[in-house]
Amino acid sequence: MIWDWTYAIDILPQMAEASLVTLRITVMGFALAAVVGLVWAVLAITEIPVISFAVRLFVEFMRSTPLVIQLFAVYYFLPMYGIFLSATLTGVLVLGLHYSAYCAEVYRSGLEAVPRGQWEAARAINLSLPRTFRRIILPQALPPVILPLGNYFVAMFKETPVLLAITVIELVATARIIGNDTFRYTEPITLAGVFFLLLSLVAAQFMRWLDRRFALPGHVL
Amino acid sequence: MSIPALTAVLIATLTLGLIYFQRTPFAANPEVFLDGALVTLQIFGVSAVLTLAIAFAAGLGRISPWWPVRWLCTAYVEVFRGTSALVQLFWLFYVLPLFGPTIEPFTAGVLGVSLNVGAYSAVVVQASIRAVPKAQREAAIALNLSPFNRMRRIILPQAIRMMIPPFGNLAIQLFKLTALVSFIGISDLTYTAYQLNQTTYRTVEVFTIILFMYFAIGLSITIGMKLLERRFARGVAVVRAR
Repeated sequence: MIWDWTYAIDILPQMAEASLVTLRITVMGFALAAVVGLVWAVLAITEIPVISFAVRLFVEFMRSTPLVIQLFAVYYFLPMYGIFLSATLTGVLVLGLHYSAYCAEVYRSGLEAVPRGQWEAARAINLSLPRTFRRIILPQALPPVILPLGNYFVAMFKETPVLLAITVIELVATARIIGNDTFRYTEPITLAGVFFLLLSLVAAQFMRWLDRRFALPGHVL
Repeated sequence: MSIPALTAVLIATLTLGLIYFQRTPFAANPEVFLDGALVTLQIFGVSAVLTLAIAFAAGLGRISPWWPVRWLCTAYVEVFRGTSALVQLFWLFYVLPLFGPTIEPFTAGVLGVSLNVGAYSAVVVQASIRAVPKAQREAAIALNLSPFNRMRRIILPQAIRMMIPPFGNLAIQLFKLTALVSFIGISDLTYTAYQLNQTTYRTVEVFTIILFMYFAIGLSITIGMKLLERRFARGVAVVRAR
């Protein structure tokens, strides 16, 4: 075996620190995706002619083009229009928008699962549309989709390494830099894998807890 | 979106893309982009076949009656779903050669992408087989079909139909993952974009063209999978969602 424990322990602190960067990017990106995704889903379901088609097109586009290219494009385009963001912030923004497309689909399934009668009842007691969403529809549509949203949260962790394309130094970029310096790739890259496994497991557990915590009455398993 | 809507969007994308392309300085030599697209499509094609093979092997392995096979397949699925695709790719490219086999970038790219999506697909295969009603299996046993024929003639034909919609999503996933092979130096569409940007500084044009191309290919894959879905749904009573 060519696995060197002392070397692995040597680089452990550096890798642990990098995993915090990954964690931070993912959490910020997911917060953005969860909020923006809901906006897309609501806009798509209200069926305002042009807007809901535009939203569907946007979702389709985000879902069928690679994240790397989207990152490159935004990273290079924004400065041309006088907007200067750090690489990390650009990464969070694009990652969030990319996953907002996926979240929109999840929210849509949640919204469609709310019985028609709920909409009709809200109409009957003369609630305005925003109030219907806020008080009647969303409280029923959101809890069942926590788990599927959680899947995307976990998936997002595993896509943050793509941000190294725009010079964000996270877990995999750190592993590669260490490897380039020492010409020993086995330990850093394997450790990066282990950290991802740990982060994913913890994140999945957290989402499961969230799901139980906010489960609708009668839906607790 | 429905198939006609998607087709309309695809035609619009191609038309707008071509009009845009004609106005860029790259209009004289489209080969650069086409070469990149060809490499991307090659990797996608080879990986898709390999992914399918892995998916069935590991998916069937997970419901195998022998526990070592079951454990091995479960370990594979958990490891490859739990770690990042890029980590796997780098591991194949940087670490694997240290254990002996030197591996071509193209092979590493195809393997990395296929092993990653294969793990997700294996779960789809397994879940679809499980979703075939139990009575089908019992009826096959009652008719004295061998385990092999039971799987081939009764279970799989019904399971495959259920696999197509999730496979559609995974095909897009696979297609998008192929962009990562540019990190290990394969000159696919992403790599082409990166290089052209570095050499020509025509950033907006380069990335707009590349985005058009990726979107067009992605849409075609989505439409293809939807057509396949329709083909497999033939002769089956379905309750329409709307």
